[in-house]
Amino acid sequence: MLEIRNLHAGIEGKEILKGINLTVNPGEIHAIMGPNGSGKSTLAGVLAGREEFDITEGEIIYQGKNLLDFSAEERACEGVFLAFQYPVEIPGVSNTYFLKAALNAVRKYRGVDELDAMDFLALIKEKMKLVEMDQALLNRPVNEGFSGGEKKRNEILQMAVLDPMLAILDETDSGLDIDALRIVANGVNKLHTPQNSAIVVTHYQRLLNYIIPDVVHVLVNGRIVKSGDKELAFHLEEHGYDWARDLREPAAQGA
Amino acid sequence: MSSEAQDLEKLTSEEYKYGFVTHIEMDTVEKGLSEDVIRFISAKKEEPEWLLEWRLKAFRLWQTMEEPDWAFVDYPPIDYQDISYYSAPKMKERPKSLDEVDPELLDTYEKLGIPLKEQEMLAGVAVDAVFDSVSVATTFKEKLSDMGIIFCSFSEAVKDYPDLVRKYLGSVVPQGDNFFSALNSAVFTDGSFVYIPKGVRCPMELSTYFRINSLGTGQFERTLIVADEDSYVSYLEGCTAPIRDENQLHAAVVELVAHDNAQIKYSTVQNWYPGDKNGKGGIYNFVTKRGKCAGVNSKISWTQVETGSAITWKYPSCILQGDNSVGEFYSVAVTNNRQQADTGTKMIHIGKNTRSTIISKGISAGYSSNTYRGLVKIMKNADGARNFSQCDSMLMGDTCGAHTFPYIENHNDSAQMEHEATTSKIGEDQIFYCNQRGISTEDAVNMIVNGFCKEVFRELPMEFAVEAQKLLGISLEGSVG
Repeated sequence: MLEIRNLHAGIEGKEILKGINLTVNPGEIHAIMGPNGSGKSTLAGVLAGREEFDITEGEIIYQGKNLLDFSAEERACEGVFLAFQYPVEIPGVSNTYFLKAALNAVRKYRGVDELDAMDFLALIKEKMKLVEMDQALLNRPVNEGFSGGEKKRNEILQMAVLDPMLAILDETDSGLDIDALRIVANGVNKLHTPQNSAIVVTHYQRLLNYIIPDVVHVLVNGRIVKSGDKELAFHLEEHGYDWARDLREPAAQGA
Repeated sequence: MSSEAQDLEKLTSEEYKYGFVTHIEMDTVEKGLSEDVIRFISAKKEEPEWLLEWRLKAFRLWQTMEEPDWAFVDYPPIDYQDISYYSAPKMKERPKSLDEVDPELLDTYEKLGIPLKEQEMLAGVAVDAVFDSVSVATTFKEKLSDMGIIFCSFSEAVKDYPDLVRKYLGSVVPQGDNFFSALNSAVFTDGSFVYIPKGVRCPMELSTYFRINSLGTGQFERTLIVADEDSYVSYLEGCTAPIRDENQLHAAVVELVAHDNAQIKYSTVQNWYPGDKNGKGGIYNFVTKRGKCAGVNSKISWTQVETGSAITWKYPSCILQGDNSVGEFYSVAVTNNRQQADTGTKMIHIGKNTRSTIISKGISAGYSSNTYRGLVKIMKNADGARNFSQCDSMLMGDTCGAHTFPYIENHNDSAQMEHEATTSKIGEDQIFYCNQRGISTEDAVNMIVNGFCKEVFRELPMEFAVEAQKLLGISLEGSVG
């Protein structure tokens, strides 16, 4: 599904990712944990195609293609989805309109007929059940005035509608109370199939109680210093990231 | 330079779509302005003596006036003697029907997306088309006249309804109101005239389409709309001009009069040629638009979408004279490249319990400058007057400017005023968010900008709103990433 080889990336001349290696197979869920400033969100941003990051070295192969050749919208159409840590507000644009535009852009790219309003509404109603979202939010402007939990649920709703191959969840647990966390995690789990994969970027272990990862990586100072199974997450929770900081050298190649 | 700013360079790929020139034999007066030229225009239009005198008075006033320089715009001095003040397609007589209109002209309007012939067939919009200085065709005239509605070119109105014209001409914007209105009053050549009789609700949108074609000419049209008691009319105005290297002057005057319980809704989509990306050429749009809510419970609503012109200087205003009258101003002004806009409104509250609403959305991109300038004035006797103003600016890139100058003059303690203002930058974050959902940057900008302007667009008549949205997309094409 995804293979990252010796990825170096930074912003304005400052190197943030210093040689990331990571392989994600179809059907796998990988968790990337690490302290603040370790490069987690940069990695998510680079994968999704944020332009402010410069890639100085390395490559990213996604489904046999060079991901870095694609623009952000092409990546989205190719099935890469980023659930934002801070979902963006778009005043005056209704959630439904936005979702429909997104879905039809993706469908068009894939050579599938665009959905008309009726079919789209039927689809979205079904998908909304996944995240237990209030229907009223559909007619509100995208994320405007949404609570933290509503925003994150909205991200998962978009994910459900766009049906990605590779979902990257960037700190999706931040700002969520325990009930919202369960709902969001539940949505992610229901969308998970043996064909698609997910990378869950998180600071805390608690999300991983709900979304069970196949592999956990510890990212410190731009490098993956340790990879292991879900037990690694518990270990981190117990011992903190100071323990991981001592693992200066890159760990053995990612899972 | 940020990457966004660099991308701005890429942006201005979309050519102005309406920049073609129609080759047609024209009757054009020598450049320059004098009493003789005014006499010539007046004679050419076979005007009555009183109108000639009215023009001459305006001209004399104009000669004593100075061009205003308070607007936040910058342009080289205009040589008013280097403009031709009259230009008309050669026609033997004024056409009685569309069949008599030069096919070349009809073809021009066809290209602009205004097939007059078809529009005559299709119910919906009645169009008056002004080509340079004269009105070439007014559709639906007979159907409207059955209801007592007068919708014709200004010249025809002078001939056929002189009393009405004489009664209302200059009653809202007097000749000496300002430099450009004085100039217009002296040399105006044509325009539209609308009269809605008592108790009549105009069943269709009335529309005028202005086109500047000839080189070195100015366009000075005059529009007068009178809504008698208990009547209603919705009026649309559209504009385009060919691409030319030099600047062309457009100094129009629009006067609206609403009597007791009457309503006038005036919508403009202004798409004059804005000049090229280096600021060469384009229309100077120096327009005076004002409506008078003369009667009780009357209402005048201005909606404008301004995307064109090199320079826009325009303040559609309402004089709220009748008690309980209502004035509204909804505006979207888009500037790109080197365009400059200084636009806004004046709401003058005279009557009791008068209400006004101002919603202004300014979008600036490229190296443009976009200014909102508005005045809310509450007079001494305007008990219970209320105003709500909201001025939002959106910046695209970091080389453009947005400015807001809201003036308030209050002479009555019972007035209630609210003012809200925001400035936002079209976020790279917003665009990336859309990109990450598969939406292209162009579509994203379109979507974000249209969302920003939603409160104004929903005031536009349906077909116009669709056109305005498209136009906005074209005007801003490429302005971000």
